[in-house]
Amino acid sequence: MQGLNEKEKSAIIKKCTPKSRVVKNTLSAFFVGGGICLFAELLRRLYIYLGESEENAGIFATLSIVLIGGIFTALGIFDRLARHAGAGTLVPITGFSNSVVSSAIDSASEGYILGVGSKIFTVAGPVILYATVSGVIYGLLYYIYLSL
Amino acid sequence: MSRIIKFATPPTLLSFSAVGGYEERRGPLGDRFDLTDPTEKFGQKTWECAEAEMSRLALNIALGKLGISHTELDLIVAGDLQNQCVASAIGLSSFGVPYLGVYGACSTATESLAVLSLFLSQNGGMGAAVTSSHNSAAERQFRNPIEYGGQRTPTAQWTATAAGAFLLSGAPTERGVRITECMAGRMIDGGTTDATNMGAAMAFAAADSIITYFEQSKRSPTDFDYIVTGDLGAVGTRVLYELLSDKYPSVIARHLDCGNLLYDLKKRDVHSGASGCGTSAAVLSTHFLPMLSRGEIGSILLLSTGALMSPSSVLQGQNIIGIAPAIRIEGVGLRKQPQNGFAGHI
Repeated sequence: MQGLNEKEKSAIIKKCTPKSRVVKNTLSAFFVGGGICLFAELLRRLYIYLGESEENAGIFATLSIVLIGGIFTALGIFDRLARHAGAGTLVPITGFSNSVVSSAIDSASEGYILGVGSKIFTVAGPVILYATVSGVIYGLLYYIYLSL
Repeated sequence: MSRIIKFATPPTLLSFSAVGGYEERRGPLGDRFDLTDPTEKFGQKTWECAEAEMSRLALNIALGKLGISHTELDLIVAGDLQNQCVASAIGLSSFGVPYLGVYGACSTATESLAVLSLFLSQNGGMGAAVTSSHNSAAERQFRNPIEYGGQRTPTAQWTATAAGAFLLSGAPTERGVRITECMAGRMIDGGTTDATNMGAAMAFAAADSIITYFEQSKRSPTDFDYIVTGDLGAVGTRVLYELLSDKYPSVIARHLDCGNLLYDLKKRDVHSGASGCGTSAAVLSTHFLPMLSRGEIGSILLLSTGALMSPSSVLQGQNIIGIAPAIRIEGVGLRKQPQNGFAGHI
């Protein structure tokens, strides 16, 4: 086996590796993700119906979805759903909620400062960092655009 | 020099045990475990401690089956998947027995049995080999938080929550299940950095060890009832067959992979099968050793397979290194006369 070079090994691995089921995964992501967004939209309408302003209703709907994602994670339901839904639960803000709560649960045994405190954003960290960075870049471009 | 070490006084297996978790209990070998805990916590607060407790329980059960005390042990050789093999250290320290920690990733079951056999065949006495892995502890260390919701690739394997303990004696015996030979494996580049496809990366090392063993031993694969690999899983097995199909079709005919035996791959959501060093320890203990002790089969060649890597090495672009040590396990004076020309095949 030392006779095989890396390319030959990769070719053999590729030949033997089953492909991800793209159609099935895409469809379940579409329906689960769409379902979550539909549910959030219903919540938004409910908040408006209850007398909130349009702007507040949107924020409350987002917060509700984050809360539900967190509770589902804590109950151990979220990961079972996500195994099949994939991007369907990851892309909406439920994915962000799950990544933070799951990290917190996981690191609780290591203490609240060096455990939860330092590890809560291990999964969500890239999103937070690069969302902030893109916000800064967008802000700069917008500022330049306005001053032209 | 031959790389195969043939023991002048082959150590005899006195007793063995297996402890498992939820998925293991639901697998085809589930009812043959000595102890399973569906919560996978084993009464402990953390997953890491649960793994330590599993190795302690496994050794205790193996000692109990023989009705002896841990004070009669001269050596424990043990390993697991946690950093610095801490599960074995924490779980087994209370026995107060001299200890050698070994790490061969998922190949640890074979490695620990080989190292222990070397000691016992030289010095006599009695020793234990213990191996454990825990799904949740491994997820935490190598992958994502346990409750993190992500989709796994079809090549991903399920780290077994399982521990096995094996008691061996160096005293010569007339009959019994013995470890007669051992061989260290070469470290083979797995040709991939994909940590979700470890079975494929390890298959090259398994093939290398199998070919080396049969070249050097001058034995034929037909001398064995089974040639057993550790945790190649469905994808790794396919790669192994691809590598062996030209020269060694007779190996393929008697090959079984512990990673494919521990779970029902079609019914359970375990993708490519089981992995983790508990896999081959548990399958050996629940499946192959009982068959050997009952005399249904005569001998097996066991090659647990390990993927040597860390989360950092993978992120830094280093290929996964595969390893596959081998041991020959034989039942001596136990074999039943074959009925209707067949014996012992499942």
